[in-house]
Amino acid sequence: MHELSITQSMLEIVLQQAAKAKAKKVTKINLIIGEMTGVVSDSVQFYLDILTQETIAAGAQVSFTLVPSQGKCRKCGRIFTLPEFDWTCPDCQGKIIDVISGKELFVESIEVE
Amino acid sequence: MEIKVLKNILGANDQIAAKNRELMAKHEVFAVNVMASPGAGKTSVLLQTIRALKGKTRIGVIEGDIASSIDAETVAKEGIPVVQINTGGECHLESFQIQNALNNLPLPDIDLLLIENVGNLVCPAEFSIGEDLKVMIASVPEGDDKPYKYPLMFNTVDAIVLNKIDLLPYVKFNVEGFTKTVKNINPKVELFKVSCTTGEGIQPWAKWLLARMKSK
Repeated sequence: MHELSITQSMLEIVLQQAAKAKAKKVTKINLIIGEMTGVVSDSVQFYLDILTQETIAAGAQVSFTLVPSQGKCRKCGRIFTLPEFDWTCPDCQGKIIDVISGKELFVESIEVE
Repeated sequence: MEIKVLKNILGANDQIAAKNRELMAKHEVFAVNVMASPGAGKTSVLLQTIRALKGKTRIGVIEGDIASSIDAETVAKEGIPVVQINTGGECHLESFQIQNALNNLPLPDIDLLLIENVGNLVCPAEFSIGEDLKVMIASVPEGDDKPYKYPLMFNTVDAIVLNKIDLLPYVKFNVEGFTKTVKNINPKVELFKVSCTTGEGIQPWAKWLLARMKSK
């Protein structure tokens, strides 16, 4: 469900930027999404199709660049992709891991005509 | 033509959250965002906390639900100011809703504001509402594997209250394993084990909350 409000906020940014560039049509929206946010691309596209009716972004396609969840071991500094279970450092078996990526929610760019 | 944007999608929400924070700081209100899955015992923990802190601090409550005002009515019986937010389908509270609620609360008469988020372990973790502290209520019947399934929630919170520990003799729940996983995902988190039915563990939790509030 949270895709609806995320898509609304995203569309606001997109329409603002498109108006600034005096664009007539938005054709593509490129997003950067962290894996941990659980945002589903199909849902975003679904809500976008509804929300963009009668706007210059009608029919725009969403493209997702997924950012993997990565952690950094506090003990040895090793950076590694966080597995679904057991966040343990593969090098030193350290158990204290800071999340350094995977929470992103960004509009990277838009393609306009 | 491509236009570079690089804007945080939740930027607008974060801006209003900052305003909420400013307003509450002005009135010296300490806000706690309470999150959990449906049925974990958010309202019960809130009621126990309110009773444990009666006379020690002045409490206000914001109740967030998709529909109904059942929780607000329950809390209002404690004789404290409470505002109900109905999200009408949305699965989490956003900062603009808190902004409206704050305008309907007697902020000069509140020291501790407990905000009960919509029952959900996914989205509330992503939306900042201007709180000072994020707390999650977990419960024994939900199972000890939840940290694996909702890592963002477990990673985001300052404290976890494990509720319904009176059911431990009847439910397969590995407390030690749960604690280990939680600390693995979030090394800084405080963990409290409570039962709202027996009252066990409520005092240490309430004491810690009060101390955090006073250290702000």
